[in-house]
Amino acid sequence: MVEKQFKIIDETGLHARPATKLVQAASKFSSEISLEHKEKKVNLKSIMGVLSLGVAKNAEIKITAEGSDEEEAIQALDELLRKEGLAE
Amino acid sequence: MNILKGIAASSGIAVAKAYLLDEPVLAVEKKTVHDVDAELKRLDSALVQSTKELEEIRAHAMENLGADKAAIFDAHLLVLSDPEMLTPIKDKIKAEQVNAEFSLKETADMFIAMFESMDNEYMRERAADIRDVTKRILAHLLGVRLPNPSMISEEVIIVAEDLTPSDTAQLDPKFVKGFTTNVGGRTSHSAIMARSLEIPAVVGTKKATMEIQNGDLIIVDGLNGEIYINPDDELIREFKGRHEAYEAQKSEWAKLVNEKTVTVDGYQVELAANIGTPKDLESALKNGAEGIGLFRTEFLYMGRDQLPTEEEQFEAYKAVLEGMNGKPVVVRTLDIGGDKELPYLQLPDEMNPFLGFRAIRLCLEEQEMFRTQLRALLRASAYGNLRIMFPMIATLTEFRQAKAILEEEKTKLLQEGIRVSEEIQTGIMVEIPSTAVLADQFAKEVDFFSIGTNDLIQYTMAADRMNERVSYLYQPYNPSILRLIKMVIDAGHNEGKWVGMCGEMAGEELAIPILIGLGLDEFSMSSSSILKVRSLIHKLNKQKMEQLAEEVLQMSVVEDVINAVQETAMQLEKRI
Repeated sequence: MVEKQFKIIDETGLHARPATKLVQAASKFSSEISLEHKEKKVNLKSIMGVLSLGVAKNAEIKITAEGSDEEEAIQALDELLRKEGLAE
Repeated sequence: MNILKGIAASSGIAVAKAYLLDEPVLAVEKKTVHDVDAELKRLDSALVQSTKELEEIRAHAMENLGADKAAIFDAHLLVLSDPEMLTPIKDKIKAEQVNAEFSLKETADMFIAMFESMDNEYMRERAADIRDVTKRILAHLLGVRLPNPSMISEEVIIVAEDLTPSDTAQLDPKFVKGFTTNVGGRTSHSAIMARSLEIPAVVGTKKATMEIQNGDLIIVDGLNGEIYINPDDELIREFKGRHEAYEAQKSEWAKLVNEKTVTVDGYQVELAANIGTPKDLESALKNGAEGIGLFRTEFLYMGRDQLPTEEEQFEAYKAVLEGMNGKPVVVRTLDIGGDKELPYLQLPDEMNPFLGFRAIRLCLEEQEMFRTQLRALLRASAYGNLRIMFPMIATLTEFRQAKAILEEEKTKLLQEGIRVSEEIQTGIMVEIPSTAVLADQFAKEVDFFSIGTNDLIQYTMAADRMNERVSYLYQPYNPSILRLIKMVIDAGHNEGKWVGMCGEMAGEELAIPILIGLGLDEFSMSSSSILKVRSLIHKLNKQKMEQLAEEVLQMSVVEDVINAVQETAMQLEKRI
């Protein structure tokens, strides 16, 4: 299992397009990937799960991946979050 | 053959097949299934078909309407493949031996309820996404047709209850030859849209979607406000003839493209165009606009899921300013609220949105958003002749506040070494009676007035123009309205400021003689009306129109005003 912490810096938080991109990216991997925020944990491959967390700007989030491609998954999501200026 | 009567909302004639944009009934019954595997397969196949369909729609939207409009279908595709939604649907089919439709509906309703109960407008909007996707899967399960406006690829006439901005955003103007709707009036969204696309429209037919079947051949007579359903060959020939006659008159008007707009006795005015996006420029220039009198910037903010960036706005404003090549461009700052909502702004619902937190009221509160727009405008000002107009100004204090924010942003930009024009005029839209009445005070501080008649009339008459039962009170020619208009024009002229009009009235044939008489300087209208109005003004005598204006201002009821102007118009016809 691999996990990584991020801080959301995007103005709108994890809404709309940022959430869409994140879920699209996570769905490409076979590992189980989850997103944790304020002690609530959801499936990162579920747009409704991600949106239901209501992650706002400055929120601390944790992404966990478990499975055969867990390393690649975390790395890809990390890259996406930084490239899109969503988190640091 | 059947004839429907409605309101002529956009002129011209079109003959084409009907495309019904209505919602099919998707009734779900609970059934017990014995072959669970077969039911799961049926669900899978509906999911595959829905995905394929949405991918096609998305690709089509991407190609024809741009990435912005296509993004909504990305969200739909994600919902369609969401494991948190699909797993419970499948589990329910297995555990309770129920049909796929029922399981889908129950599960989706639960999610919809969950999102709708969130205290965040953006989340509540997501419920609409789930509802849309559920509808698509259900339609496949039930084997009924769902309209896909973004996939239209032949010439059609759109038939709908009403058209919302998100419907029209999905339409490809290339294939849409006309509109007809059950509800609405001359100033409803569908009517304005039709005029900007220069296609005929008849709105407010009350029953177009009931009387017209998908694929029926129909005639839209946007000159007389009539719809003919399945006409015979003779009538089709007649209307094709009328269509050509109308086109011939249009080409006669087209000769006036580069002419000045001057009355018989040498009084010159300016005819400008109302536009919504940089794309509308082409039509404005083709129709001989002498400027842009109203650039409605809301369209930059609508049909998307977040605010447009400064850069995006800058590009749009710059494109319009450069396109007009030094001619004046009046840009109205964000006028949102009322009937125009932005889901991602998460504004609370209001009892009276038209009297509520909208336009400048919102901008003065949400300053970051307002400043972004002003910065984009200021930066774009270096590329043409920019005039900034603030909407819904009710008090002079509001104007001063808006102006001060503009000045602050200008100073900042200059400090950053960015070029800003020194010639930007700042004015206001006069659409609230308090401002019209106090126009003499406003005139000392603004550079111009532009009268927004659509709202000015509904606020003065206290009648919602969308409400059909009180729409008789929408009286542009009521002497009270004409007196307000006169007050504004006189107040502006006394301080040496120009006065324009950007409501529907500025392009109405009946209004032109009075407005010329009252001394209006600038008329801003749908591009498609400009040449017709120019041809009319060429026949008018300013001095005589002044007498007419004086007479009608002393009348007591709207009917008398209309009769008087019609009589003047008839005399004009006779003389020619």
